[in-house]
Amino acid sequence: MHHTTYVRAGSTDDAVARMADGGQLLAGGMTLIPTMKQRLASPETLVDLAGCGLAGIEDEGDSIRIGAMTRHADVAGSDLVQTAVPALAALAGGIGDRQVRNRGTIGGSVANNDPSACYPAAVLGLGGTVHTNKRDIAADDFFTGMFETALDEDEMITAVSFPKTGKAAYVKFPNPASRYAMVGVFVASGADGTRLAVTGAGSDGVFRHADMEAALDASFSADSLDGIAVDADEMISDIHASGDYRAHLVREIAKRAVAAC
Amino acid sequence: MTMVNLTLNGKQVSADVPDNTLLVTFIRETMGLTGTHVGCDTSQCGACVVHVDGESQKSCTMLAAAAEGASVTTIEGIANGDSLHPMQQAFHENHGLQCGFCTPGMVMSAIELVQDNPNPSEAEIREGLEGNICRCTGYHNIVKSVQAGAKMMGG
Ligand SMILES: Cc1cc2nc3c(=O)[nH]c(=O)nc-3n(C[C@H](O)[C@H](O)[C@H](O)COP(=O)(O)OP(=O)(O)OC[C@H]3O[C@@H](n4cnc5c(N)ncnc54)[C@H](O)[C@@H]3O)c2cc1C
Ligand code: FES
Ligand code: FES
Repeated sequence: MHHTTYVRAGSTDDAVARMADGGQLLAGGMTLIPTMKQRLASPETLVDLAGCGLAGIEDEGDSIRIGAMTRHADVAGSDLVQTAVPALAALAGGIGDRQVRNRGTIGGSVANNDPSACYPAAVLGLGGTVHTNKRDIAADDFFTGMFETALDEDEMITAVSFPKTGKAAYVKFPNPASRYAMVGVFVASGADGTRLAVTGAGSDGVFRHADMEAALDASFSADSLDGIAVDADEMISDIHASGDYRAHLVREIAKRAVAAC
Repeated sequence: MTMVNLTLNGKQVSADVPDNTLLVTFIRETMGLTGTHVGCDTSQCGACVVHVDGESQKSCTMLAAAAEGASVTTIEGIANGDSLHPMQQAFHENHGLQCGFCTPGMVMSAIELVQDNPNPSEAEIREGLEGNICRCTGYHNIVKSVQAGAKMMGG
């Protein structure tokens, strides 16, 4: 690992100021530290967010708000999340392994927008909102491509909120070694219709599948997805799975997610 | 450089280390406790698992500076004098190891698992040890060890 300077931010404002000076935010480090060890990242300054008071889950009536530094284990184990959005608690409980969940955070996961990460599918599938130090960003505007988001250079996530819904499910076909999604589908059926988000598969990162959503709006059943085309050319093709295989998995996993609702 | 002060196996320790020092490097090289192992570069193998304030953490994926003020327990810190921790004893009795490389991490993960769930099923044990990789045993005897360890710990 290259040399770096470690600082602890005392507040969101402090963290943002240090970011403006070129610092890189450190949340759980479960992505950033392995990346630094492989020398794929070499930030001069690491700004630890642990002391910024950004962990915690709040009930906001129709929605829940999860602080950026809330760890996966705390989302999975929260009574509030288990009652208000059970599919989200289950998703968090299926991320990586126990130690990853004891340290990784929702803010780090959403900011990173790894094409195989689980949380982006929940944010997009539930139509959540990403709160930053500057503004609120709707899920549909937030994820802009593989590892790309709408965040500005000097902008950090402070919280993510999700509408309460019982009719939702996430099903993941995990890579057996890393537990990341080879394909993961989050489906939710709410007042505004069905939203279906796919992670792990798309070469532009997480995406919604409009044809599947329309078919499910017409009839919310797994059978409605039979015969719906998934374009293999838009899928990731790598050592783990070809684009064709991923395209096939997207429809099958989507059917399982609908059946699990 | 950063001055890191923490409690290691019940003893107060301090050292001035480069900011990029991983917790596992601090434990192994600065403090000379080599029971905690490093088996990978990708945060996947779990050979480095220790407890930080009672929770299992991969010490290869955490900076020593981030453990400032914390209480860290390693495999060296769990026995009571000459008598092994019940989970260590269970691994010993059930042949839960072959080369032993993964064992410190397995034991530390297993202790936390049983503290959270005193009577885990086989499936829960396998799920709970997903972050620990063993290239020798095929896991079967590890699961048996954790079941026995859970009983000995009072579950
Ligand atoms: C073995 C292993 C298995 C895993 N399996 C899965 C899996 O199955 N599913 C899954 O979804 N993920 C998985 N992960 C990733 C894990 O969920 C990470 O915790 C997560 O992607 C990053 O969160 P973090 O808190 O660790 O962020 P960090 O690594 O600290 O940061 C990641 C990036 O986000 C930036 N950042 C952090 N916080 C903020 C913020 N508040 N605002 C703006 N930018 C910020 C950082 O600067 C950095 O660029 C796995 C990781 C490992 C090591
Ligand atoms: S050394 Fe492999 S997970 Fe830490
Ligand atoms: S006993 Fe050799 S790696 Fe597990």
